[in-house]
Amino acid sequence: MKINIFIFLLLVGTVLTAQDKGNILIKNGTVLTVTKGTLQNTDVLVIDGKISKIGKGLKAGNDVKVIDATDQFVMPGIIDAHSHIALDAINEATDPSTAHVWVGDALDPLDVGIYRALAGGVTASHAMHGSANVIGGQCETIKHRYGTLDPEDLRMVGAPRTIKFALGENPMRVHGEGNNIVPATRMGVEQVIRRSFTEARQYIKDWDEYNSGKTKVPPKYDLKTETVADILKGDIIIHCHSYRADEILMLMNVCKDFGVKKLCFQHTNEGFKVAPELAAFGAGASVFADWWAYKFEVYYSTAYNAAILTKNGVTTSINSDSGELIRHLYHEAAKTQRYGGLSDEEALSLITINPAKQLGIDSRVGSLEVGKEADIAIFSHHPLSIYAIPQLTIVDGIIRFDLKNDKKDMRLDIDPEEKITIFYEQNRHHENDGCMRDAFELFEKK
Amino acid sequence: MNKYINLVIAIFLGFSIQAQQVTKSVFGTFLLKGATIHTVTKGNIVGDVLIENGKIKNVGSNISAPAAATVIDCAGKHIYPGLIDAGTKVGLSEVSSVSLTNDFSEIGNLTPQVQALTAVNPNSAIIPVTRVNGVTTVIAAPSGGLFCGTAALISLIGYTPDQMYAGFKGIVMNYPSSGRRGRFDRRTDEDIKKDADKALKNLNDIWEKAIEYTKMNSTKAVTTFNPEMAALMPVVEGKMTLMIEVNGKDDIKAALAWIKEKKVKAILTGVTEGYKVAKEIAESGVPVITGPILSVPSSSAAAYDASYTNPGIMQKAGVKVSIRTDDTENVRNLPFNAGFAAAYGMGTEEALKAVTINTAEILGVSDKYGSIETGKMASLFVSDGDPFETKTQISHLFINGWNVPMESRHTLLYNEFLKRSPGL
Repeated sequence: MKINIFIFLLLVGTVLTAQDKGNILIKNGTVLTVTKGTLQNTDVLVIDGKISKIGKGLKAGNDVKVIDATDQFVMPGIIDAHSHIALDAINEATDPSTAHVWVGDALDPLDVGIYRALAGGVTASHAMHGSANVIGGQCETIKHRYGTLDPEDLRMVGAPRTIKFALGENPMRVHGEGNNIVPATRMGVEQVIRRSFTEARQYIKDWDEYNSGKTKVPPKYDLKTETVADILKGDIIIHCHSYRADEILMLMNVCKDFGVKKLCFQHTNEGFKVAPELAAFGAGASVFADWWAYKFEVYYSTAYNAAILTKNGVTTSINSDSGELIRHLYHEAAKTQRYGGLSDEEALSLITINPAKQLGIDSRVGSLEVGKEADIAIFSHHPLSIYAIPQLTIVDGIIRFDLKNDKKDMRLDIDPEEKITIFYEQNRHHENDGCMRDAFELFEKK
Repeated sequence: MNKYINLVIAIFLGFSIQAQQVTKSVFGTFLLKGATIHTVTKGNIVGDVLIENGKIKNVGSNISAPAAATVIDCAGKHIYPGLIDAGTKVGLSEVSSVSLTNDFSEIGNLTPQVQALTAVNPNSAIIPVTRVNGVTTVIAAPSGGLFCGTAALISLIGYTPDQMYAGFKGIVMNYPSSGRRGRFDRRTDEDIKKDADKALKNLNDIWEKAIEYTKMNSTKAVTTFNPEMAALMPVVEGKMTLMIEVNGKDDIKAALAWIKEKKVKAILTGVTEGYKVAKEIAESGVPVITGPILSVPSSSAAAYDASYTNPGIMQKAGVKVSIRTDDTENVRNLPFNAGFAAAYGMGTEEALKAVTINTAEILGVSDKYGSIETGKMASLFVSDGDPFETKTQISHLFINGWNVPMESRHTLLYNEFLKRSPGL
């Protein structure tokens, strides 16, 4: 009984933590709004977790924490449209289509990777299923409310549903090469999607006929097909792991045939080759700044990809897909200035408002505007400078990273029995994108 | 006759298409005028650099142009020595997930005799991508096993490995690790200890044999073919450097003791937890090649910025520090690795040394590389600012006196696809 009360109190406690919305006045910073220009010596007032005012000489009551940002840079919290932090598992690599699974069931609030992302100014990320399957699982858009012990608190409630698709080498290796089933080729990948969409279309029709009384026997409920049906209905955004131009064109063609419009490509290393087609479709592209050559399908890549896409009118973001890169997305975005000469505003858009658009959350986050949620990062220098050091990172008006006051060891769970520290291998030679985690372990058992 | 003309036309067309697509490096006399010259060893001066016969012929103000010189106006620009990355797999790996393009890890635990230089591909697409960011000289290093092979310093220009060779070779050794390898390493603490002890005993046994072999060789008693021992012999004799890869705090201390006991000429590489034992490393006098700086900390308990601050902490404690990427296709990020080290405590000046003169000194090639001084090889670049700043543009590149075009697969694809024709 005592234990039950304890658990109850713990739950109440954490829920309160998560729902906490802070009041903060950030004074006298250089405010990079991203959507409305750069404002010098400007204050940002946050009330109840939302941006209440942006202007000069703002005043606030005693209950508002005041932060002096003189000589510092205030920008919207960085958003990563492709990551795998805060997840216990990412690949249900057992079938070419696993639309019914959801990474939201495997959220891990204890992952110190969340804190490290915050320490790089990242306030929200798209926690994605892996790329082992053509149609992977559904993903979860999370806010980095590090400190909570409750997985529920990470969810960005109200963010649109998203699902991972994957083309090319990864599903071909896992299923064709690994299990000798379709797809072994990019031809097969197309057919997996067409079959799945066609079945879902029939499923919708069967249910419509039953619901309108045309048929008496209800169709069999199937969560996998139901999920794909939701894609066809426009309720879920496809985020598709892809590299080569041919497969990017293929998916756009399939989506056109089935009337699917909400589509964002992930990685998209050869997106630069089909930038006009991507722009015409209205598809987004979320890319690495400079990763290439770690696998054959990215051998013909260019670090100018984001610049070419941007200049051709494609809504583009820079993502991490990595617990390492997520710590310095501001630096990754700056690479588009070396490779393609993007303006400060264009480069910052790649890690703020553009990923917000791709995730369907741009009305809530991604820029510093009155009424938006107070997800804010404060830097020592302009965030596109190599000398920029994140100082404070704020989520919903609550400080979640504080350079000056945080302790060094920020783990939430520490094994008291642990004698030998786990010594991580450096992330050196990425033979793969992070999307294949859990899939190779599956292989090794065979 | 018509056939003949067609053939001539075909050859001419082929030639002109090639001439359009391939920009070759040019060897000659160049005078770079009026730049801020970051010599690294002798401060910053505003002046000129004269390049002749592959070398820096003169550094100073108002150098008059020899008749043959191509004069390049560098007013408002900056000249830096070419950056050196002393830990890469450039030339040894083309596409890392395609195993047959990987030439850095031979089978066996004891393969010091295998030569990285043999397998360097001078035509790797990675080479131009790397050098246009100002990285002119790299170590191509083998990995895997205990004694992995012989690493070689190469300049990123040349048609053959011998043309690329830049004067340093060292044998790579992985010091036995006593740590847990990652979250999938499910060994018990006792098993980890047992494995580490066994690996260390193995290393010491091999070393005893190498000493014995060296002694026998000096008395001409060696008759059997033993390439492994023959390769270790110059290390035993102190004529060749051992590059010891070691990362954990306890392992670093153990490696330092081992180096002292065996009296080998050594460099520590990796050294991820060097910040925990910086004083001990400094006292040993053993230099360090550390990195990547842009990497996650070594353990979940470490401070989020431990990898960023590590080189600065070691340098301030008195360690001679060089920064590496330990990368292949993105060795071009060496200036950014140095930039993060600079921002997180090392400072720009020391971080610049850590990718130029310190590295050259550690490798024993500072007579040729690592700074802008008369008599050194002309490996340098011209930029519009601090090479660590992400947006900085490099306009001219010289390697061993060759004026190298600022072209790579990445720029060629950019030029072709930025404004695609036909569009839609």
